[in-house]
Amino acid sequence: MRKGLKGIYIGLVLLFLYLPIGTLMVLSFNEGRSMAAWTGFSLHWYEEMFKSRMIVDALYNTFMIAITAAVVATIIGLLACIGIQAMSNRSKNIMLGLNNIPLLNADIVIGISLMLTFLMFGISLKYETVLFSHITFCIPYVILSILPKYRQLSSSTYEAALDLGASKPYAFFKVMLPDLMPGVVSGFLLAFTMSVDDFVVTHFTRGAGINTISTLIYSQVKVGVRPTLYALSTVIFVLVLIILVTANIISNRKNR
Amino acid sequence: MYKRKLLASPFMVMILIGTIIPLCAIGYYGLTDELGGFTFENLLAIFEPDHLKALELSLILAAVSTIICFLIAYPLGLILRDSKLGEKGFIIFIFIIPMWMNFLLRTMAWQTMLERNGLFNSLMDFMGIPFVEIMNTPYAVVLGMVYDFLPFMVLPIYNVLSKMDKSVIEAAYDLGASKLKVLSKVILPLSVPGIVSGVTMVFVPSLTTFVISNMLGGGKINLIGNIIEQEFTVTNNWNLGAGLSLVMMIFIVISMAFIAKFDKNGEGGLL
Repeated sequence: MRKGLKGIYIGLVLLFLYLPIGTLMVLSFNEGRSMAAWTGFSLHWYEEMFKSRMIVDALYNTFMIAITAAVVATIIGLLACIGIQAMSNRSKNIMLGLNNIPLLNADIVIGISLMLTFLMFGISLKYETVLFSHITFCIPYVILSILPKYRQLSSSTYEAALDLGASKPYAFFKVMLPDLMPGVVSGFLLAFTMSVDDFVVTHFTRGAGINTISTLIYSQVKVGVRPTLYALSTVIFVLVLIILVTANIISNRKNR
Repeated sequence: MYKRKLLASPFMVMILIGTIIPLCAIGYYGLTDELGGFTFENLLAIFEPDHLKALELSLILAAVSTIICFLIAYPLGLILRDSKLGEKGFIIFIFIIPMWMNFLLRTMAWQTMLERNGLFNSLMDFMGIPFVEIMNTPYAVVLGMVYDFLPFMVLPIYNVLSKMDKSVIEAAYDLGASKLKVLSKVILPLSVPGIVSGVTMVFVPSLTTFVISNMLGGGKINLIGNIIEQEFTVTNNWNLGAGLSLVMMIFIVISMAFIAKFDKNGEGGLL
């Protein structure tokens, strides 16, 4: 009996989480524009989505910004971890404190503050300002993923490599980096996700005419053209699902 | 050793340009008027009836959403902790997936659900519950907040519950504690770091959102986030917007102090 109750509870929460997404997915195959009545199966919203220049551009921007921001943030974050770990305890704490500010700050404050700064220094808002802002809020996640791994690392293997005649960069890439790799990868993925999912910071720092998926949805929802967005949601959800399931399977295999 | 420290310099430059200077910029605009003269007016503007009402509503809705998220997530965490449903990593995974979906799409999903002839009203109708329009009301906004931020509550609570030492709980039972007593005297106190982390991660974004209230409130629900956003995108009164942001940041800092007090080891963290 108790077991059944638990099952019902889990079921209800799952229903709450997935019913809205499921509704969008079903409606994306609906022939008509209606958001309630089923008028027949059709794929033409998908066709229209891929034909829409705006959506394709937004997808491209979102992906390019996310991949660039994540790569740059990962490099800066990795270097920062090595540097921070070499510091005295006091400056280490200051650095980590500063690193925490963007993590805990509200995204509306991050967005507004960056926008004000750009405009204060006479930098007009454009693609690059969005990219810079994304790098800024991605770095803390990278550092948070790499630093614990770096702390566990013993420096003796690296020093042994140096003693055996390896150059410093060689020892770093061949000895240290492989051990840090799990942290680097999870930091990169986290940064990528944060960038893709961001709306608020992009909203404040983007120039006219530059859209990511999030800002496009926001402007479209107001107008009320939606079935193509349902198709877009379905595609994104399926993509996310595939990536996450694959990542999960790979990491499970490695752990065994 | 000295050289190695230099590797952190790109990071320091980014923190300086991307975080410290921008925060100073908000401070500067918030404490000056349009001509650049020093003033507290933009901060005191929070006491204008409209602004005060928005702040009050934000605090109430954020608090209600946080409480609802906790009430859903805690039992869920307890059930998942004890469950033998396949691999543990996988079952929690199912509850986290929606977090990876673009949050505007998630909010749009509820907009569709709550539509006049949407699924929600059809379901209500089917169950014989009379028609209630919840779209464009605070209820819809709370629903959107709970839906969007629930995973942020589930994850830290589950993390702290699943790492809890089982022998402590068994010891409490062996010493004759009832189920309720074990929950209230052992499990609940030990899970405080996870709860605090979850509460902050739901409360801060709920307090500062303008997207959810805009999309599900139909422009009728003005939260403090909406007021600030409008100052920047519609009215173009940056000084007032920055001043109100400073006031909002006070509440964020209070939440941060709260989490620092309870979560010293960072064990309830999301990562």
